[in-house]
Amino acid sequence: MIVAALPAALTVFFASLVPEIAAGQVLRWAVPWIPGLDIEFSFLADGLSLLFSLLISGIGVVVMVYAAAYMQGYPQVGRFFIIMTLFMLSMLGAVLADNVLTLFVFWELTTLTSYFLIGFTHETATSRAAALQALLVTGIGGLAMLAGLVLLGLVGDSYELSVLRASGVDVTADPLYGAILVLVLLGAFAKSAQFPFHFWLPNAMAAPTPVSAYLHSATMVKLGIYLMARMQPLLGGTEAWLLTLTIVGGITAVMSSVWSLRQTDLKQLLAYTTVMGLGTLTLFLGLGTEAATTAAIAFLIIHCFYKATLFLAVGAIDHATHTRDRDALSGLARVMPLTFGIALAAGLSMAGVPPFLGFIGKELMYEAAVTAPSAAWLVAGAALAANALMIAAAGLVALQPFVGRARDWPQPPHDPPVAMWIGPIVLAIAGLVLGLAPHLIDQRVIAPAVAAVAGHDPHLHLKLWHGFNLPLLLSVVTVAAGIGLYVGRERVRCWLGTAERLIPGSAERAYDHALAGLKRLAAWQTALLQHGQLRGYLTTIFGTMIVLIAAASLRGGVWPTDADLTDAPAFAWFASALIIAGSVITIITRYRLAAICALGAVGIGTAILFVSHGAVDVALTQLLVDTLFVVLLAVALLKLPSFWDLRHRETGLRVGAAAIAVAVGSLMTMVLLVIVSVPLDRRLTAYFESNSVPLAHGHNIVNVILVDFRALDTLGEISVVAVAGLAAYALIKLRPRRDPTHQSQGRSAADQSATG
Amino acid sequence: MHSLILATATRLIAALMLVFSVFMLLRGHNDPGGGFIGGLIAVTAFALYAKSRGVDEARRALTVHPTNLAVAGLGCALIAGVLGLVRGQPFLTGQWITIGGDGHGHGGLALSSILLFDVGVYLVVVGSVLGVIFAMEEEI
Amino acid sequence: MEALLAITVGAMTAAGVYLMLSWNMMRFLFGLVVIGNAANLAILTVGRHYGPAPPLVPDGQTAPAELVANALPQALILTAIVISFGILAFTVVLLYRAYEEMGTISGDDMRVAEPRPQPDQSTVGS
Repeated sequence: MIVAALPAALTVFFASLVPEIAAGQVLRWAVPWIPGLDIEFSFLADGLSLLFSLLISGIGVVVMVYAAAYMQGYPQVGRFFIIMTLFMLSMLGAVLADNVLTLFVFWELTTLTSYFLIGFTHETATSRAAALQALLVTGIGGLAMLAGLVLLGLVGDSYELSVLRASGVDVTADPLYGAILVLVLLGAFAKSAQFPFHFWLPNAMAAPTPVSAYLHSATMVKLGIYLMARMQPLLGGTEAWLLTLTIVGGITAVMSSVWSLRQTDLKQLLAYTTVMGLGTLTLFLGLGTEAATTAAIAFLIIHCFYKATLFLAVGAIDHATHTRDRDALSGLARVMPLTFGIALAAGLSMAGVPPFLGFIGKELMYEAAVTAPSAAWLVAGAALAANALMIAAAGLVALQPFVGRARDWPQPPHDPPVAMWIGPIVLAIAGLVLGLAPHLIDQRVIAPAVAAVAGHDPHLHLKLWHGFNLPLLLSVVTVAAGIGLYVGRERVRCWLGTAERLIPGSAERAYDHALAGLKRLAAWQTALLQHGQLRGYLTTIFGTMIVLIAAASLRGGVWPTDADLTDAPAFAWFASALIIAGSVITIITRYRLAAICALGAVGIGTAILFVSHGAVDVALTQLLVDTLFVVLLAVALLKLPSFWDLRHRETGLRVGAAAIAVAVGSLMTMVLLVIVSVPLDRRLTAYFESNSVPLAHGHNIVNVILVDFRALDTLGEISVVAVAGLAAYALIKLRPRRDPTHQSQGRSAADQSATG
Repeated sequence: MHSLILATATRLIAALMLVFSVFMLLRGHNDPGGGFIGGLIAVTAFALYAKSRGVDEARRALTVHPTNLAVAGLGCALIAGVLGLVRGQPFLTGQWITIGGDGHGHGGLALSSILLFDVGVYLVVVGSVLGVIFAMEEEI
Repeated sequence: MEALLAITVGAMTAAGVYLMLSWNMMRFLFGLVVIGNAANLAILTVGRHYGPAPPLVPDGQTAPAELVANALPQALILTAIVISFGILAFTVVLLYRAYEEMGTISGDDMRVAEPRPQPDQSTVGS
């Protein structure tokens, strides 16, 4: 019960803001986040944000109380409530965010927390697959949305939604409008399970029922709706907006309500009706009229109330009978009267029967539909079809399991404990009371939310009885059609089964194919690039280097101009000859010791060149390191197989490697010649030279740079040296003492590889 | 490999090299030298000692475990950096005090966090490299 | 002077790359040493040649009197030499231990972490 304290406190807090917001005030709170990019961590509460915040925290209380009882006996309940709370806070952050990037961060946090919640019973593979599916679909949509929001910020020259709205910038006239619209809507559609991304939501029913009630009906899936409502003042009002939203929303609403009748799992059925509700909301937000916006906002509230209640009731049935299959359930009214009452009240609201709140919502919808700016009859037809199917679906959930012949249960089902009915009953009663007395919320909550979307104060007055008019007629037709569908439900199911077999593909199958293809692509490119062969990696690196430098030289036309070899003193020629001779001997010798000595010669030649440049410290260090390195190599490498033993593996000079080597070497020479042909910017050196004594009291400028001016670099360097030394020490000293047989195995493998 | 001549000469040579390494460390700020060079000379001295008289003897001569020496060196460098922080200046800012002298920057013994830092470099080089060399001489 | 150095660095780089492309990890290690030296010389070359005068400030003065060698690349190279020495020492030990564990110094046959797809030949002794 403690877990409900935070949402309860938040609900009270948001409720206390209602009078201020209803009076037209806007509250804003911001801290600098990334000042360099002019990004603020900013929040804003207006009518729309506050409505969502109230729903999120209010339904949160109900669900948390319910879950405290429902989740008893589940492992890791603590984790469950922590993630639920995090999810709730992320939702609040998303709907209260003013900065679009803040919005994005919280948006993706809801995606992440929902991933953990869908996959909460992570022992089952279907849960994991459903969680991953939801994460990928909504996450990829979220990334598209981020791109759209960034473009929006570039066009409007601000990332603050409030600034964008106040500035009056006409985004719809910008050439980038099309891209912004598509990207933002992709995010919203994916999050709110619009066609063709709808399939993840029914699969997400793998989550525990409180999660389904909270995330996948009341809150998270509404985030896409929220985004569309938020963006309507900025992006709406165009032909593209109208067509995209109404068509996608209409298809989603009708398609999902049809498929809902095919489901036998009560949760799946509810999931499809949720998709239908989201489609309807999209449809009406697309219309963009004040009536349509009012209908959408009202339906949003109504949907939260009845859908969360029905989910929780189904959870109670599942809890009591251990099944959610509607074919296996009947006659529960006698043993679970309280659950029946709750479900019935919510079902009647869902069906839109007076005097429930749902009826008002349906009337508003029809009113908006018949006054739609274009294709009014198409909109009305879609709404009517979806609503009629909704009535049938409501019957399947709220009536069918409770009526009919009572079954013989091994353990007789009974109503759930008080924690599991108190919340649903409050929601169910609220649906009835608000239906009878809509004036309780219409001016306080709905009107400010509509005003935030429409941009001006709406003239709305909700009431049950509108008189005999077209919407009422449509309501009557809807109810009649719905009852007909419910009565003929078995035949409908049969037809749908036939229809399903006739449809060749589905969006979900496309998702599966895309995922499988992605895996194949990953395996292919991993085999190509991560083949585990050092030589291959180096070839790739050097090859890329050759191509890039050559391409840059050819494009830029930069070639070395003067290469004067006459100014070099004789001892520099000697050092160069020593280095090159040492390098060649290292390559061609068949003896390890000869190679090590040749490397020593290379080091000494390098040291001579350092001296010729006045680099005394460097030359000293080079000589000392060279000495120690020869000692080190001599100790270790003479224990390794000699070149001679392995000579048959080396087939002369390898042409490919030699070609790469010559190319890299020539490019290196060329690049150096190009660099030295441009004048040197000596400012940094001049600074060190003139400040070495006054600032750092040192006469050896190199040493002063090392230990004073750039001491942090040196600190990093000695840390690397210390770590490398420790690692080498550990490699030698901390090896497992192995038995001799094992050792000989290793050796014999060596012999095999040497001879094979 | 055991050579009496080498073993005898090493005692003297290694001692001289060690003195020289400290000399190089201390003069590094004004003349060629410094922590790296000094450290490498000291490593060479001990490597020579280990070659001619055995690693055990060289470890005894060093008395401290090389790894500890490396960590101590890192600690010196860090302390030298923190000294700047203590005075309210950025990390690793040089701090100087002069003991004795005429008070006008002439004569006396100038001590600095810079010197401490260079000593840290010296110790890290000695500790890390000797750790590897001793271990390799013993185990390989 | 710079031209001679550029050519020397090019030759060293070529030798280093060729050695690093060998299947034999010992030759790879030699290549690493040569290419490391080449990189240091490249930095030196880029810093230009100002004659053999070391970058020291004479006693009693606050700045070098005449043109001295460029101190900045020298400091960078000094750091690079010591770091590459530490890394090379580690690599030597790693190579030795890899040989001890796997019984091969062929880079092509060291496939403990990423075994070949086909299971027909196992070259790993552990």
